[in-house]
Amino acid sequence: MLSGHVDMTHGGGGRATADLIRNLFHRHLGNAFLNQGHDAALLPAQGGRLVMSTDGHVIAPLFFPGGDIGSLSVHGSLNDVAMAGARPLYLTAGFILEEGFPLADLERIVISMANAARDAGVPVVAGDTKVVEKGKADGVFITTTGLGVVPDGVDIGPHRVRPGQAILISGTIGDHGVAILSKREALDFETDILSDSAALHGLVADMVAAVPGIAMLRDPTRGGLATALNEIAAHARVGMMLDEAAIPIRPGVKGACELLGLDPLYVANEGKLVCFCEANDASTLLGVMRGQPLGRDAAQIGVVTEDETGMVQMKTGFGGIRVVDWLAGEQLPRIC
Amino acid sequence: MKYVDEFRDRTIAEKLSAQIAREADPACDYHFMEFCGGHTHAIFRHGVKDLMPSNVHFVHGPGCPVCVLPVRRLDDAIELAEAHGVILCSYGDMMRVPGTKQHSLIRARAAGADVRMVYSVQDALKTAHDNPAREVVFFAIGFETTTPPTAVAITQAKAEGLGNFSVFCNHVLTPPAIGAILQSTGAEAAKIDGFLGPSHVSTVIGSEPYEACATSFNKPVVIAGFEPLDVMQSVLMLVRQVNGGRAEVENEYTRAVTREGNLKAKALTAEVFELRENFEWRGLGTVPLSALRIREAYGAYDAERRFALSPKASREVKSCECPAILRGQKKPTECKLFGTVCTPETPMGSCMVSSEGACAAYWTYGRHRHKAGHAGAAE
Repeated sequence: MLSGHVDMTHGGGGRATADLIRNLFHRHLGNAFLNQGHDAALLPAQGGRLVMSTDGHVIAPLFFPGGDIGSLSVHGSLNDVAMAGARPLYLTAGFILEEGFPLADLERIVISMANAARDAGVPVVAGDTKVVEKGKADGVFITTTGLGVVPDGVDIGPHRVRPGQAILISGTIGDHGVAILSKREALDFETDILSDSAALHGLVADMVAAVPGIAMLRDPTRGGLATALNEIAAHARVGMMLDEAAIPIRPGVKGACELLGLDPLYVANEGKLVCFCEANDASTLLGVMRGQPLGRDAAQIGVVTEDETGMVQMKTGFGGIRVVDWLAGEQLPRIC
Repeated sequence: MKYVDEFRDRTIAEKLSAQIAREADPACDYHFMEFCGGHTHAIFRHGVKDLMPSNVHFVHGPGCPVCVLPVRRLDDAIELAEAHGVILCSYGDMMRVPGTKQHSLIRARAAGADVRMVYSVQDALKTAHDNPAREVVFFAIGFETTTPPTAVAITQAKAEGLGNFSVFCNHVLTPPAIGAILQSTGAEAAKIDGFLGPSHVSTVIGSEPYEACATSFNKPVVIAGFEPLDVMQSVLMLVRQVNGGRAEVENEYTRAVTREGNLKAKALTAEVFELRENFEWRGLGTVPLSALRIREAYGAYDAERRFALSPKASREVKSCECPAILRGQKKPTECKLFGTVCTPETPMGSCMVSSEGACAAYWTYGRHRHKAGHAGAAE
C-alpha cells in the first residue's frame, strides 16, 4: 500500500504526478485503453445509438457501510447509462484531491473502483487528477462519465409514460441514505443497514430482453423514490397513485427514519431502479427482476393515472390518501 | 416495525372510524384543536382526516416550535451570527425561516456568517470544545421536550468551566399557550370544543398541568400519542366527553405519560431556568409566564447577558396569515399567500418552513383535496 499524503506536487504535472498515475491509477485500473498513454483514449466505434452520462461524487463519509466513494462513483455512472436501456461500454474518471489526504485511503478508493469496474465488465479508459490546497475540498471528489450503446428497438424515456402503466421498484428503498446517515459524525447510530450501491446494467439487460417495450427506467438516487417519481410525473404530465403497503422497506430503515423523523420515500438509493411498463407486462418483468439478486424484492408499487398537473399521490397503509410532493430543501430531523 | 406498526393498523383504524361516526352526533359539529405540529403531521401523513365523519374537524394549533418564534427573536439570532462574529448553532428547521425583510440564517450563512446546523445541543457543546478561540452560541428553541437537554448542556458547560459556550434561550411552555388560545375572544377566537394534548411534551410535564385549563375554560383535553391510531382513539375520547358534557383531562398516551411527568427532567429544568414575566409568541402576542430564561447562577451561559443585542424594528411579511393560523382561527388555504408566493421553496412565514407547521403540512400532504374542489374538507 502507498503511504504518506497527497501534496501539491501530485497535481503539478511533473514527476510526482507521473509516479502517482503509474503506481496508483494505472496499477489498479489499467487496461489496454488506459495504457495507451495518450491524452485521449482511442476507442473502437460501436453500432447503434450512444448514450453518455456524467456524475460528480462528493459524499461524506468517503467510506460507509456497504461501499465507498470509489465503488459508488463507478455504479453511479453505469446506472445512469443503464437507465436508457443501454449496455455500458466505457468509463472515465476525474479526481479532485485535497492536499494532505492519506495516500493509503486514496489507494483503497482506487482499488474499490477497479473492483467495481471489473465486476461490471466496463473499463475505465481515461482519467484526470488535480490537487487543491488543504481546505478547498473534502478529501476526494470523483467525477465519472459513462458511455454506452442502446440496443435497436429500445426507446426508454419519460415521453413514453402513459396513464394505465404499472410502476415497479426493484427492491427495498432508503438503504443507502440510512447507511450514510448512520456514519455522519453528528448522528452516529448503530444499524446493520448497508448501502445498496450496485451496478444495475445486468438487471436492465435481462429486463429489456424480456420486455423490449419498457417505457421508462430511473434510478431513484438523491431525493429518493418520491423525487424520481415527481420528476417523471412532471415531465410526462401524468399523475401517479402509489400503494404505501406495497413499497418494500427494510425494518432497520423504517426504524431509523422513524427515529430521525425522515420519510424513507425521500431517502437516497444507489442500487435500485423504478420501471414503468404496460400493465400486462408487469408480471413478466417482476418475474425477471425477482430472479436476480439485485431485484429479489421487486414489487409493483403503483399505477400511472391521468393528471395533467403531474401530482403523485399515495394510498397510505392507514387507509387515507396523501400527496407525495417534491422535497423542499433538505429533509431535517424533527425538533419536538 | 415492532411498537410502531401496532399503532398504524388499518383494520383497527377502520373500526375506530366506524365507532367515531356512530357516536358523533350528526346534529353537532366537533372542532378539536391538535396543539402539536407532530399531530398535524401525523393526521396528514397517514390520511387520518379521510377516516373522520364530516362533522369532526381538526383545528391546527401553535405547537410547532419554529412557527411560534417571533421575528424579533430570529432577527436577534441573525444579529448574533452577523454582528457579534459567533458560531451560531441552530436546528435545521430554523435556518430557512424568513426574518425581517426576508433575511434568514441560511442567507446570513451564504453571506459569510458562521451558522452551523446541529441535530442536538450536544453538537453545539462539541463545537465549543473544538473551537476554543471562538464564541459558540446555541440557538435554543422548543417546548418542554427540548428544554431538559439544553439544561443538561448548560450544567455540563458550567461543570467543565467551558468559557466560550452560551445559549440564546427561547424555550416556551405549553399550558400558558393553551390558556392564551382559550382566552382570546371576538374575531381572534377559534372555535374549539376540545384539545388533543401534546404527546412528547406531556412525557416531560405530565398530564397534571392541563387540569387547570380543563377546569377554568371548561374544555376537555385528551393527551394523545403521535401515532395515527392514538389520534383516532383520542378523538373518540373527546367526542365522548363532549357528548357527556364533561371537561376532563384524560390520558390516551398512557404508555409514556404519567400524571406527574418526568421528575428528573423537571428538576433539572427548574435548576437552570426560571419563568420570564412575559414572552412574545408569533400569533398569540405577549403571553405572561409562558417562557423560560436562564437563572442568574448560570448567567455566564446566557447569550442575552453576554452579548448586547441591539433594539430593532422587526416586521413579519405583510398579509402573511401565520398569526391567525397559529391561533387556529384561519386555515392555511384562507391565506392569500398560500401556494402562490408562499411555498416550501419560498416561505413567507414560519408555518410554511417547518414540517410541523400547518401550512407545510397542507401543502405537502393535503393538496389533492383543494384540487378535488373541496378545500373545506382539508381542515
